[in-house]
Amino acid sequence: MRQADDIIIDLVNSNARVLDLGCGDGDLLCRLRQTKAVTGYGVELAHDRIEACLARGVNVIEHDIDAGLERFPTNSFDIVIMNETLQAISEPRTLVREMLRIGEECIVTFPNFAYWQCRKQLFFGGRMPVAEHLPNEWYDTPNIHLCTIHDFDGMCESENVRVISRFVFNQSGRQTMATKMFRNVLGVTAFYRLGRSS
Amino acid sequence: MSEASSTQEPQPPGSVGVVTPQCAEFDEPFNMEDGTTLPSLRLMYETYGELNADRTNAVLICHALSGHHHAAGYHDPDDRRTLGWWDNCIGPGRPIDTNDFYVVALNNIGGCHGSTGPTSNNPEINEPYGSDFPQVTVGDWVNSQARFADYLGIESFAAVIGGSLGGMQAMQWAIDYPDRVRNALLIACAPNLSAQNIAFNEIARQAILKDRNFNEGRYLAAAAKPMDGLGTARMLGHVTYLSSDGMDLKFGGDVNSDKAADYHDVVGEVTSYLQYNGEKFAGMFDANTYLLMTHALDQFDPARAFDNDLVAALRNATAGFLVISFSTDWRFAPERSREIVDALISAGCDVSYAEIESLSGHDSFLLEIPRYHRILTSYMKQIADGLKP
Repeated sequence: MRQADDIIIDLVNSNARVLDLGCGDGDLLCRLRQTKAVTGYGVELAHDRIEACLARGVNVIEHDIDAGLERFPTNSFDIVIMNETLQAISEPRTLVREMLRIGEECIVTFPNFAYWQCRKQLFFGGRMPVAEHLPNEWYDTPNIHLCTIHDFDGMCESENVRVISRFVFNQSGRQTMATKMFRNVLGVTAFYRLGRSS
Repeated sequence: MSEASSTQEPQPPGSVGVVTPQCAEFDEPFNMEDGTTLPSLRLMYETYGELNADRTNAVLICHALSGHHHAAGYHDPDDRRTLGWWDNCIGPGRPIDTNDFYVVALNNIGGCHGSTGPTSNNPEINEPYGSDFPQVTVGDWVNSQARFADYLGIESFAAVIGGSLGGMQAMQWAIDYPDRVRNALLIACAPNLSAQNIAFNEIARQAILKDRNFNEGRYLAAAAKPMDGLGTARMLGHVTYLSSDGMDLKFGGDVNSDKAADYHDVVGEVTSYLQYNGEKFAGMFDANTYLLMTHALDQFDPARAFDNDLVAALRNATAGFLVISFSTDWRFAPERSREIVDALISAGCDVSYAEIESLSGHDSFLLEIPRYHRILTSYMKQIADGLKP
């Protein structure tokens, strides 16, 4: 998501060590390297995306995130990013713990299941929502751990994770006064910057 | 290992064509890591493609245990058996594209294909070195390759590439000559040998040492050479380069398959296949070289000089790394490649890693596997793009 990427590029320090879980075609890391001279590694499993990363000179490690992140040492990165993949992970809570073990901070984005259109489809249609940000039918969706913004807040609290900042985007990818006020209804995508609690 | 490409299908377009080996002679003495000195050096090599005006597009191909300088093209246009050992990967439009790169392949010292080794003349006694040839190391090879690069006027390589023992040379290059290698491609490689790897090498060596014709390595002048021992060593090595499933596929030995061949057919086919390969290899390779190469493998461990800390060993490396492993490789399993990748990440080096699905075990690195070649192509193209003004 471009807006999320822009925020990330803004907040990452120059020369930081960045781990991007589910890095896709490497666009974010490519931009981070150009603008912030980061040392970055992407983690990816899709063959075509790995090749896309290599073609643009982005470091990419073929690895299944669901197999765990034990091989990445504690405190080995300044920031660990997981952009729009959390809901497809088999153990998202463990993953957030792991991200905050490996990195000083982490960034997580996910689709908000409590977005009003989702609510409408479930309430009136009585079916699992299919929307622009959640395009799959229930039987072929990779999204096995969908959650709402309230749900995620709850997990951060119970896990004693510090929410450094949070952004909520509407359908056009913008943050407005309305999405700030009614984030769990109007928010399509949530963006969390997390840290360890002191 | 080097024969794999010669048994492939009709040659696809993109060959470098007929090539002629060349020879570089060095009169200055060459100091080896074990303290001995070779009075002179001869290196056999081949080149493919053109060196650019800035001399920045050179790529060094490092060979594995049984390889040599003839990596691509063919020596005799009428004889397909003279195809280079990595021809499917090197040529115009191939992953290591000779339209982009000046590709250099050489026969390492200690080898038996024309470079200074056990079969070449020891000027001090005017006889072949035989078993007197000093024990070479991966570091010696890299040092001799660096001298060779000077000879060609190449200050730094765009990439140093190797599979298996060749990948170890690429790693050593990045550690020993960080300013002279911009990319290192480590394919089906390991940071050192496992106890099991060493054990297999030792059995292979024992087969050679116990051959009745070995004569403590002084067999070159004799009529009979230690062919049986060398053939057996090769048979053993060859099996470790294949995978169990791959062999079942090749010989129909999967008893659960509908197409399972008769048990006796499998026995017969495995036996004749191994014997054929063992004998063929023994007829064209030198037993002393085999001993040297396997010892060099056993001793490879770049971390040793850094308190057994691979991360510390790699910290000075400035190259970008591409590490590739193969799913059924049990000689140098994917996990060993991951050890290298982990160390490179901890050392802050640029590194990418891919694990290729393949049934062909360790030998996969020589084969034309579509995803493997796409990965190589993507990486090499990006290097080539960086060379353009």
